[in-house]
Amino acid sequence: MFQTVLPYILSGISVGGQYALIAIGYTMVYGILRLINFAHGDVFMVAGILMVYITASGVPLYISIPLVLVLTALIGFVIERVAYKPLREAPRMSIMISAIGVSYTLQNLVLYITGGLNQQYPTVPWISESVTIFGATTKVVTLITPVLTLVLVVMLVWLINHTKVGMAMRAVSKDFETSQLMGIRINSVISATFVIGSFLAAVGSVLYFTNYTTVIQTSGAMPGLKAFVAAVFGGIGSIPGAVVGAFIIGICENIIKGLDIILIKAGISSSMLGLTTFSDAFTFALLIVILVVKPTGLFGEKTTDKV
Amino acid sequence: MKKILSLVLVLMLALSAAAMAETVKIGVFEPASGDSGAGGKQEMLGMQYANHETPTVEIGGTTYDVELVYADNGSSTDKAPSAAQSLVAEGVSVVLGSYGSGVSIAGSPIFADAGIPAIGVTCTNPQVTAGNKHYFRICFLDPFQGTVLANYAYKELGVTTAYCLAELGNDYDVGLVHYFKEAFEGLGGTVVDETFPTGTSDFTSYLSNATAMGAGVFFAPCSIAYITQIVAQAASQNAAFALLGSDTWDSNVVIEAATGTNLKVYVSTFYQEGGAPEFDSGIKAWLNEDSEAMTNNGGNDMIAAVSAMGYDAYYVALEALKAAGSTDPKAVNDALWNVTYDGVSGAIAFEAENGDAIRDTAYIKTANTADGVWEFVTVQGVE
Repeated sequence: MFQTVLPYILSGISVGGQYALIAIGYTMVYGILRLINFAHGDVFMVAGILMVYITASGVPLYISIPLVLVLTALIGFVIERVAYKPLREAPRMSIMISAIGVSYTLQNLVLYITGGLNQQYPTVPWISESVTIFGATTKVVTLITPVLTLVLVVMLVWLINHTKVGMAMRAVSKDFETSQLMGIRINSVISATFVIGSFLAAVGSVLYFTNYTTVIQTSGAMPGLKAFVAAVFGGIGSIPGAVVGAFIIGICENIIKGLDIILIKAGISSSMLGLTTFSDAFTFALLIVILVVKPTGLFGEKTTDKV
Repeated sequence: MKKILSLVLVLMLALSAAAMAETVKIGVFEPASGDSGAGGKQEMLGMQYANHETPTVEIGGTTYDVELVYADNGSSTDKAPSAAQSLVAEGVSVVLGSYGSGVSIAGSPIFADAGIPAIGVTCTNPQVTAGNKHYFRICFLDPFQGTVLANYAYKELGVTTAYCLAELGNDYDVGLVHYFKEAFEGLGGTVVDETFPTGTSDFTSYLSNATAMGAGVFFAPCSIAYITQIVAQAASQNAAFALLGSDTWDSNVVIEAATGTNLKVYVSTFYQEGGAPEFDSGIKAWLNEDSEAMTNNGGNDMIAAVSAMGYDAYYVALEALKAAGSTDPKAVNDALWNVTYDGVSGAIAFEAENGDAIRDTAYIKTANTADGVWEFVTVQGVE
């Protein structure tokens, strides 16, 4: 039984870790700006494309990986400055529309550059090697992902709870205007949020595309959507919530894909039921159920409206 | 003053009309972006090379320049109708394409309404031509291809359990899996079939399913974007089964993904490099001259079967134009029924009911994962 379930759990944990890294970006930006940054999934995709082109130009991996991380963080910073900052006083809907605009701009820019063809992601040595654990064969990256995700999350939580920037972030997310009055430089706090979010998305993209090796302009859409769902699932605005949500969604989705086989091996059913088809439907149905039962998500704070 | 102006305008109109009259437009209805973008571009390369080789055609005693008019159907059935509409608006005489059956089916009614005939190049689903008089096709069909692959897997590879994977809602994938399953079960084998949603990039669970079911072959007739993922992930799982592919697999993008792995890959296809040496050397020379064409071919000069088919389709269209003796789409449509052409992929003639090419053999190739080339295995027919 364990032998049958293990490969699905492994892929679930791996995918979950990658969703988690993207979900943090959504949740942090939401926590501070109350903005759903629809362009975040595309920033993740652009990180993949940058890696393809930088490596293709002959730069060795030990330079290109840090370079991609820095460049992606920079792109996050620039997007905020160009597309969101001028709209700070505008109704929230306008910023959201601007985010959708950024998303399409990035996608079409990449479409133009790549000509719509799949780009082969460079092979990162060691983490793309195959490894066998308990009889299931997978890539090293599958095992690295959850560990690296947790390490990064612990660092991030430390940053938020024990540094000055972190304190400022917490203050801004509690009350935007009061913290401004208290002398917190709102713009640098918001920029820091976007830089951290984009940096984590870039780390996620290295892990994700090492596993799923082709990058195309729409590559960011599905992981972005799933990560967004994970962030909502865990309670948007909460970092531990986003991480837990991402792992739950990753594991659920992969268990469903293998449920037919698991049921057959366990002797519960005798034929294929075609449940695989419902892997995505199930994920989203689960989201609806959680939101109906607990509207703020698993770890979401209850907000009281001030009169 | 007004008189002079109107005279000039009339003259310009007449001159441009005279210049226009020398050109015949052929619509290229292919995906240049999206999941099938890589395949569509290779199919277009065949047409572009043919156009480069024979840029004019003699219709009814006048020599016309052939102009290829492109419309990108984006590999998606919701973009296909507007792409088809743009070709109609351009006033093309005949349409070539598309790579991918779903988009062909989606574009078909637009061509039918405009009375423009279309020649399917590598769309293998029967529904493309069934029940209409304007869609023709020069390749074999899925009932045939599915049966060929089932026969090959069961008889030559000695496999009794097959795992099939199709993209949900994709006419090509689902259709081909259906015919494969029918034939394979008819031979006495067992088939497990599953579908995946559009946009999937994690195939590890499906591959685990195939291993858990003890499948001997993993048959996934899907778009190139998914194939490269499946190949890479099967390699990292050290898959024990053979990967079985349809005509979409026959691409240098796929062979590159398989190079350096221990995978066994078998595909059915339309054309084997070396089948027409003159065409092979000609298109290679052309690819090496044109850097953009080279990029569209995936960066090397390996010849994809779809390029050979695109090449043949262009010449079939020229034959039809010659036989029609006019650039009027209706005349071309009527003429197409009787067109015969000896192409690089074999002799082409259309049967009288649906306008499908009469084909009874497919090539089976295997991936030489050490050298990164496709190797010819056998010519497989049915029974």
